[in-house]
Formats: sequence, C-alpha cells, structure tokens
Amino acid sequence: MKNLIVKYWQILRKPSVHFSLGFLTLGGFIAGIFFWGGFNTALEVSNTEAFCISCHEMEDNVYEELKSTIHYTNRSGVRATCPDCHVPHEWTNKIARKMQASKEVWGKIFGTIDTRDKFLEHRLTLAQHEWARLKANDSLECRNCHNFEFMDFTAQGKRAVQQHSTSLANGDKTCIDCHKGIAHQLPDMKGIEGWH
Amino acid sequence: MNKFITLLTIFGVLTASALFAQDIATLRNGVEISKQEKSQPIPNPIKDDIKVGRNYPMQPPIIPHNIRDYQVDLNVNKCLSCHSRNRISESQATMVSVTHYMDRDGNFLAEVSPRRYFCTQCHVTQHDTKPLVENDFIDMQKLIAIRAEKAK
Ligand code: HEC
Ligand code: HEC
Ligand code: HEC
Ligand code: HEC
Ligand code: HEC
Repeated sequence: MKNLIVKYWQILRKPSVHFSLGFLTLGGFIAGIFFWGGFNTALEVSNTEAFCISCHEMEDNVYEELKSTIHYTNRSGVRATCPDCHVPHEWTNKIARKMQASKEVWGKIFGTIDTRDKFLEHRLTLAQHEWARLKANDSLECRNCHNFEFMDFTAQGKRAVQQHSTSLANGDKTCIDCHKGIAHQLPDMKGIEGWH
Repeated sequence: MNKFITLLTIFGVLTASALFAQDIATLRNGVEISKQEKSQPIPNPIKDDIKVGRNYPMQPPIIPHNIRDYQVDLNVNKCLSCHSRNRISESQATMVSVTHYMDRDGNFLAEVSPRRYFCTQCHVTQHDTKPLVENDFIDMQKLIAIRAEKAK
C-alpha cells in the first residue's frame, strides 16, 4: 500500500513528458469548471422543493401543512417553496446551511424521525433552530420576497400597520418575532415569548 | 304469501328511494346526478378592522379582522396571543372579557376557561355576501320604543 502511494506521488511530481504545459493548464481549467459546475448542479438539485419533500417525513408533515397556507395558494399566484424560506441565497451561507442540513439527512437515514409522533416530539427543537437562524439574520429569507421599503401601509390592515410602523420600522423586532407558524403548525408554545 | 311480502318490500324500498332521491335532488339544486353543479364564488371575509355593533348585550362580538390559518388547538391559541390579558398592551386588541375566565359555576379562574378556549365556537367573521335567509331581528330597544309609541 505504502509503495503504491509513493509510486503515484513520484508520477505526480515528475514533469509531464507527453503533454504540453499549455494543455495541462487549459485541461485543468476545464476540469475545474466541470467539477465546480457539477457541484453547483448537485447543489441546485438539492435546492428544489422536489428534493426537500422526497423524504416522506417532510412530505407527510410540513409539506402537507404548508398546502393550506397563504404561501402555497393565494390570489397573486406567487408561491414560496421550501428553499425560499429555508436556504440562504448567498453562496457561503448556503454551504453553511447545507452542512447543517446533512445532519438532518443523517437523522433521516438512521430513522430518528420516522413517524408523525416522533416528528412532533422533535418539532419544538427543529422550530427553535429556524427561529434562531431567522432572528440572527433579521429574517433575511422573508425579506427576499417581502421588502419593507416597498410595503404600502395604506394597503395593509390596521393591525398590520400598527405593528409594522412601530416595532418593525424601528428595528426592535423582525418578521419571525411576530409571524411564527406562518407556514407550518406550531408546537406547544408554552414559555415562548409572545404566546401568553 | 311469501311472494306478496317480497313484492311489497320491493315496492316499499322503491318508493322510499324515489322520495329520498327527490331530497338529494333539492340538496343539489335539482342538478342531475351525472352533472357537476356550477360552484358559487366563495365570498371574501370582511376585514376592515372596524368593530361591529352588538344586537344584544350577551352577543359574542363579530371578529372584524382576517383569521385565515389562525391555529387554535391543544398546543397554541393564536387568538390569545393578542387577546389575552398579558398581550393586549402590545397588540392593542380588546381583552377577552371577564366572563371568559369564569367556569360554569361562576368561579373566576387564572387562565381562560376551557369552555371559552375555542374562540370560533362563538366568534365569527362576516362575509361580504347576500344572506340566504332574510333577517327580521328587531333590537330590544326598538321594541320598547314601538311599545311606548303605541301606548301614547
Ligand atoms: C417566495 C417569496 C416569499 C417568501 C420567501 C416569503 N413570503 Fe410571505 N408571502 C408571499 C406571498 C406571495 C404572499 C401572499 C400575497 C398575497 O397574495 O396576499 C405572502 C403572504 C405573507 C403574509 C400575509 C398572510 C396573510 O394571511 O395575509 C405574511 C404575514 C407573510 N407572508 C410573512 C412571511 C414571513 C414571516 C416569511 C419568512 C419566514 C415569508 N413571508 C417568506 C411570498 C413570500
Ligand atoms: C411587531 C410585530 C410584527 C413584525 C415585527 C412584523 N409583522 Fe407583519 N404583521 C403583524 C400583525 C399583527 C399583522 C396583522 C395580523 C396578521 O395578519 O396575522 C401583520 C400582517 C402582515 C402581513 C399581511 C398584511 C395585511 O394587510 O394583513 C404581511 C405580508 C406581513 N405582516 C409581513 C411581514 C414581514 C415580511 C415582516 C418582516 C419584514 C413583518 N411582517 C414583521 C405584526 C408584525
Ligand atoms: C413562508 C416560509 C416557509 C416555507 C415556504 C416553508 N417553511 Fe418550513 N419553516 C418556516 C418557519 C418560519 C419555521 C419555524 C417554525 C415555525 O414558525 O413554524 C419553519 C420550520 C420548519 C421545520 C421545523 C419543524 C417545524 O415545523 O417547526 C421543518 C422541518 C420545515 N420547516 C420544513 C419545510 C419544508 C420541507 C418546506 C417545503 C414543503 C417548508 N418548510 C416550507 C418557514 C417556511
Ligand atoms: C395580531 C393580533 C390579533 C390576533 C391574532 C387576533 N386578534 Fe382579534 N383583534 C385584534 C385587534 C387589534 C382588534 C381590534 C379591531 C381591529 O383592529 O381589527 C381585534 C378585534 C377582535 C374582536 C372584536 C372585539 C370587539 O370588541 O368588537 C373579536 C371578537 C376578536 N378580535 C376575536 C378574535 C379571534 C376569535 C381571534 C382568533 C381566531 C383573534 N381575534 C385573533 C387583534 C388580534
Ligand atoms: C362560549 C362562547 C364564547 C367563546 C368560546 C369565546 N367567547 Fe368571547 N365573548 C363571548 C360573549 C358572549 C361575549 C360578550 C359578552 C361578554 O363579554 O361575556 C364575548 C366577548 C368577547 C370580547 C369582547 C370583550 C369586551 O370587553 O368587549 C372579545 C375580545 C372576545 N370575546 C374574544 C374571545 C377570544 C379571543 C376567545 C377565545 C380564547 C373567545 N372570545 C371565546 C362568548 C365567547
């Protein structure tokens, strides 16, 4: 085994006799594009709703619940898919979230959450992760679609205006502070701020 | 004899089903069973945030705002996240009145009474639509006024 490695290392170290430097540079460049593209394509695929709900935990629980909400069906026909709310747009943030998500995929493979009951048992923890994330990034994913700058208060309901023009406008609170449970059913909220 | 009973039963069942068929037809507005009835548009809820008057003192007030997808179950009560005693200063909603804290024996509880937990049992939104049945309700005060008028 050790010999084999040493032999390959020697091949790698030796200057190339058969290929020109130009070819090697260009080839390396093209191969780089290829792998980069492949990686990003894989990333793209795992960034679609179809992928998110390909495991039935997601399809039977959260997706089913999303269907009756305003983010699935509404008068304007604009739909929010899972990645719209759960995956950041910037590349570094996206990778960070994906690595975090691999833990969740791990959980699926080893069957920690394979029934509705087990899902509900874990729901509070999972939800708290999302709240913490959205709180930390000032509800970035919501703001990707809902831009505060373009909110027309005169077109909103009185309750909305009253909250949006005060706590939201002065930065005291962010979307997720007031809009928990906007897309899925909530777990037991005892002891969570804002819920009696 | 046996034959007669069988015939009678068949006759009975047939007339009964004909009668019921008519009932079903009225439920379907007389549309043939093989056809799909044209569905009516769903009216929008009225959500202008303007409190609606009450017809009598014990009437549960009408909800003047949107309640789409508001979750009320064992885990959470979205309504109370605005209407409970601790939340009204922030939400500026009307507090649920003291009757909501009473059990059926009239004792005051610390929390909203279980019999008042499911708000939409009593409180509803109104829809922007023509009522199916004419409402001829007359306010008590108007009745008194009419009576006073007659007595004169
Ligand atoms: C993909 C874009 C998108 C994203 C991301 C998104 N929304 Fe929305 N949201 C919409 C659309 C579209 C509507 C419906 C607009 C309409 O037709 O009234 C909506 C409606 C709403 C409403 C109104 C609900 C009602 O009943 O009237 C709230 C509140 C809301 N979104 C909050 C959020 C929050 C909080 C987040 C972040 C967790 C978020 N949205 C993320 C697109 C989005
Ligand atoms: C301080 C609390 C608060 C914050 C922060 C907040 N909202 Fe709201 N929002 C409300 C209330 C209350 C309503 C009206 C009740 C409802 O629809 O649930 C509302 C309603 C809405 C509506 C529906 C508008 C309408 O006319 O009914 C949208 C869309 C919305 N919020 C989006 C957002 C977004 C996006 C953010 C973050 C940029 C945000 N909200 C932050 C309290 C808040
Ligand atoms: C409009 C934004 C939005 C969309 C679309 C959305 N989610 Fe969520 N999701 C949230 C928020 C916000 C939370 C945090 C918990 C809460 O407030 O309900 C959450 C929580 C979760 C959780 C943690 C468990 C829980 O219910 O709290 C899972 C799992 C999840 N989402 C998966 C999905 C999947 C899968 C989809 C697509 C079918 C999806 N989400 C679509 C906003 C969204
Ligand atoms: C986001 C906060 C909020 C939530 C959630 C909420 N309300 Fe309200 N509610 C208000 C406010 C504020 C008013 C005052 C009128 C207005 O602005 O619409 C009100 C008014 C009312 C009224 C009329 C009171 C009166 O004196 O005429 C009733 C009844 C009511 N709400 C019931 C409910 C029910 C039932 C639910 C749950 C399905 C609910 N509300 C959820 C904020 C809220
Ligand atoms: C069993 C029927 C019933 C249920 C359930 C119920 N209410 Fe009421 N509610 C009433 C009646 C009747 C009144 C008016 C008389 C009174 O104050 O008791 C009222 C009054 C109110 C008022 C106006 C209070 C005021 O001082 O003007 C609000 C707000 C209210 N209810 C909210 C709620 C909320 C929120 C819930 C759910 C937690 C709820 N109600 C559940 C029957 C009910």
